Amino acid sequence: MSVIEVSGLRKSYGSLSAVDGVDLTINQGEIFALLGPNGAGKTTTVEILEGFRKRDAGAVSVLGVDPSTTGARSRQFRDRIGIVLQSTSDAGDLSVLETISHFSGYYSRPRNVHEVMEAVGLTSKSKALVRTLSGGQRRRLDVALGIIGSPELLFLDEPTTGFDPEARRSFWALIEGLRISGTTILLTTHYLDEAEALADRVAVINKGQIIEVSTPKELGGRATAMARVQWKINDERKEELTTNPTETVSRLASQFDGDIPELQITRPSLEDIYLSMIGGAE
Amino acid sequence: MNIPSALNLGLRRGVLEIRQFARQRESVVFTMAFPIILLAIFGSVFKTTLAPGVTFSQYFVSGMIASGLVNTGFQQLAIIIPMEREFGTLKRLRGTPMPVTSYFIGKAILVVSSMLVQVALLLACGVLFFGVHLPTSSFKWLTFLWLIIIGSAASTALGIAFAAVPKSGRGASAVVSPVVIVLQFFSGVFFVFTDLPAWMQQVAAIFPLKWLTQGMRSVFLPDTFAAREVAGSWELSRIAIILLVWLGVGLFFSARTFKWSRE
Repeated sequence: MSVIEVSGLRKSYGSLSAVDGVDLTINQGEIFALLGPNGAGKTTTVEILEGFRKRDAGAVSVLGVDPSTTGARSRQFRDRIGIVLQSTSDAGDLSVLETISHFSGYYSRPRNVHEVMEAVGLTSKSKALVRTLSGGQRRRLDVALGIIGSPELLFLDEPTTGFDPEARRSFWALIEGLRISGTTILLTTHYLDEAEALADRVAVINKGQIIEVSTPKELGGRATAMARVQWKINDERKEELTTNPTETVSRLASQFDGDIPELQITRPSLEDIYLSMIGGAE
Repeated sequence: MNIPSALNLGLRRGVLEIRQFARQRESVVFTMAFPIILLAIFGSVFKTTLAPGVTFSQYFVSGMIASGLVNTGFQQLAIIIPMEREFGTLKRLRGTPMPVTSYFIGKAILVVSSMLVQVALLLACGVLFFGVHLPTSSFKWLTFLWLIIIGSAASTALGIAFAAVPKSGRGASAVVSPVVIVLQFFSGVFFVFTDLPAWMQQVAAIFPLKWLTQGMRSVFLPDTFAAREVAGSWELSRIAIILLVWLGVGLFFSARTFKWSRE
């Protein structure tokens, strides 16, 4: 069952075409990552789906609703989605608990406030004023506000920008937890390893068009790309490109009779594939 | 279960707004103390009596209460809302099922409650330290009540409408404050209105502050003073009509021009 259904989506700002014929289907319960350089049309696409922007052309259905709807139907639509935007930079004079409780009052079937605080790891900070939180803790609060209404669909906009590696890992674990609860997630990110760690499927967007939609493992023919086997013999580096690295390695193993010096097998990373796709599109 | 009603959410927002405001201590102290400090300064500088039983302090208190309506409503909102827009607070709210009406109701509750505290403190200090007399007739208290209700409603609506004007949150104060200060001088808050040049009086008559100030004078000054007004009377019904028109203008523009984010 699809949660988001987009076809022929277009949006221009003056003479600049930001989104130029995007088609997209996102299924229930999946984590879908939208990748692309700045100005590729990522934000515009997502903001149209969130109902923040109006489209020029195309058909859009999110949870069976046209997100550009207004009035009472728009309220009902927003009751079913969660949006995690970039952090706000307001004075933060409310406590974590007060902020989450207040937002829970906006929804028809809010989650339990304490359960949500626990889920995002802010229970020990519940009485702390928002302005005393670290960047990572603020981001966790942003997620708490995004999921407090028990959304069927969650939008995550560059959730870990500015995080240190450890904070990112623990944030990913939090998102994994949401997957288990069956929430559909649309993620936009700059980080390829993030998409690889979290997403079931990724779409690469550039110049307002979707270049490819695939799993992170298969994007750009990655799964079938040649592997590079490297080793050392008499202080000399050797390498071989092969479709069957196992065969190469077992051949080398018998040749060396055991340990192969400085053996390395690499396949193109998602980043290599992505950069070649973006570069190829320029 | 249904989504909570706009009114219900508006009340919740009001409580939240007051809580947030109360936690910004410097701003609370300043907002509440500023009119009292001004009263102390003007009351000490101008020892003159304007008419039998009308000290300058008595005259000035009516102007300060009218200004208080403009400060807590128009000025405060026209500065805070552009900042909330810049900080991303509004965009976040836009993504929730909370309707814009609830946001406006919350702001109105903030304005009215901070207004009431400010007026109470100003009057208490005026009576205790500056020989200000409170009105004695119930008619005058009734006038006071409707002036505060319509005045703060108009001030709130115009503040939300004017919040569309400043381009950035940081620049908002620079755009809004001069407008308010000039208006105060023109509207007879600091000086006796009829002593002002005629052109200034005519400009002031377009805007609501002049009428609010005049209304407040009718509450705090003896009726004999009405003879010294421009029309020779308090003109209460004209005041009510003009304030209601401005309320309508404010509501119209705040509904039309309100922006959740900067684009």
